[in-house]
Amino acid sequence: MAIDTATAPAPAAGRSEKAPKRGGRPSSLLTVLTWILAIGFFSPVIWMVMTSFKQESAAASNPPTFFFEPTLDQYRAVLEAGAGSYFLNSLIATGVSTLLVIVLAVPASYALSIRPVKKTQDVLFFFISTKMLPVVAVIMPIYVIAGQLKVLDNIWTLVVLYTAMNLPIAIWMMRSFFEEVPGEVLEAAQMDGAGLLKTLRTILMPMVAPGLAATALICVIFAWNEFFFALNLTAAKAATTPVFLVSQMTSEGLFLAKLSAASVLASLPVVLAGWIAQKQLVRGLSMGAVK
Amino acid sequence: MSTLVEKQQLKRHEQDRARAKGAKAEGWRRRGPLLPALIFTIIVTQLPFLFTLWYSLQNWNLLRPDGDAFVGLSNYIDIFADSTFRQAALNSIIFTLGCVFAAMVLGIVFALLLDRNFKGRGLVRTLLITPFLIMPVASAVLWSVSMLNPSYGLFNWILGLFGIPAVDWTSSFPVISILMALVWQWTPFMMLLVLAGLQAQPKDVLEAAQMDGAGWWKTFVSITLPQLRRYIELGVLLGAIYVVNTFDQIYLMTAGGPGTASANLPFYIYQRAFLGFDIGQAAAMGVIVVIATIIIATFALRLIFRSFDVKD
Repeated sequence: MAIDTATAPAPAAGRSEKAPKRGGRPSSLLTVLTWILAIGFFSPVIWMVMTSFKQESAAASNPPTFFFEPTLDQYRAVLEAGAGSYFLNSLIATGVSTLLVIVLAVPASYALSIRPVKKTQDVLFFFISTKMLPVVAVIMPIYVIAGQLKVLDNIWTLVVLYTAMNLPIAIWMMRSFFEEVPGEVLEAAQMDGAGLLKTLRTILMPMVAPGLAATALICVIFAWNEFFFALNLTAAKAATTPVFLVSQMTSEGLFLAKLSAASVLASLPVVLAGWIAQKQLVRGLSMGAVK
Repeated sequence: MSTLVEKQQLKRHEQDRARAKGAKAEGWRRRGPLLPALIFTIIVTQLPFLFTLWYSLQNWNLLRPDGDAFVGLSNYIDIFADSTFRQAALNSIIFTLGCVFAAMVLGIVFALLLDRNFKGRGLVRTLLITPFLIMPVASAVLWSVSMLNPSYGLFNWILGLFGIPAVDWTSSFPVISILMALVWQWTPFMMLLVLAGLQAQPKDVLEAAQMDGAGWWKTFVSITLPQLRRYIELGVLLGAIYVVNTFDQIYLMTAGGPGTASANLPFYIYQRAFLGFDIGQAAAMGVIVVIATIIIATFALRLIFRSFDVKD
């Protein structure tokens, strides 16, 4: 294919504006392939959204129903099933835990990068190693202790656990963003006699703000989607959205269209946030290695 | 004279002391911002584990209130005779390695396709990252019911177009079904990391290689891949940390079944603790998993510390 474009006497000269340097035909073939793969990979999502607008009979049909009159009945049914209070719990658990993570992670990562403590490496090792500790190994004592403290089925228990769950990754990310801050800037601030808090607020925070947004986004994704703690530590009062989804599946048989509508609603906040903040997502995941 | 010398000595002594004191205060000033996060993490993540250790030495079954006796290591001995535990451990390894490997290969392919200028690039990227953002519980439902259901699943219908008869995926191939959902969820994560690596690589090196007449594959293997290495390592490490703890997909797609064919360690321990109420046994399994994880993690962390050369 490459030889083809190289030896052809430039038939595409008229379209050269459109075709980049690397050659026209193979590249446009690749583009078509990319689109096909992307749509194929995304198709389960399309199918989920389509199903959510169907009547139950059309949702579970063989052969699958591709053309139908869309209805909002399923969404109405989900909201009537009391999804609101679960969403509120998810909102509290996600929002407050992310806030707490930031409040704890920013000073900690400062102490691991800009004015590092001794044994920075050991501390970092400790934080990431807590992430490797399987959650299931601590769920029993957490359940028993929470029971004795009478904080089972309490949203604040989830807040504390989600904070601990996301803190190590957040510290690693924030640290890598702080490392990028040039040393001269900080020296200048010190010469001016700016204190820790002032340096943080006026000089560091504006510089790492994109990194902070990236870190917060990652925390939001993992907290919003968390299921294991929510399943084991909550019941009627503090249950979050994933628990609601599962309750829709087991309590009254399987209504696929309604379940799909609930899935779409449950996923929507994080999907939208991720779509809007794609750049931040890349930055956060690559630990700030890319600007 | 002598008093002058004495005074000077005294002064120097005082300075030394002040400096030592200053260094100590400086040390605490540096440590101060770290302490809240450190103490919080120790209390919430390490303290419960001490309880787990204690439980693992007890015969504590919530269904038998008379129990709750110290039994030493007998819970651990039972585990080594438990073939289901071995099966679950093997499944954990299959899920983790299979998912991380497949997601990474697919992620690299997608990232290479995205690392070009073409119409609708932003939209394609948006489509491709979406599975990572979908709630895992929702994606587990989506895969087990909408996609893989034997009678009305979309997957069997597509296979039917090619004349392949319907398959009851989640009961005939439970591990593969779960892997499908897992790979779908984690491919975007790997893709984003690799894409970040691709965009960080200097373009002039690539152009020079092309000028030298190096083919696409040769350029990829000898230049691009080595430069992507730390991104790939980071992806493998972070991916493995999360995938090894997979619970949602197994709980919802197969419930570990049929039998215990697709249970991984987190799910099997959950079953023992919350459905079998055998706290002692489950705790001992948890401890063994932690020990195994520490051994594996020590190697993995050496990898990441090497590639990120942390300044001490």
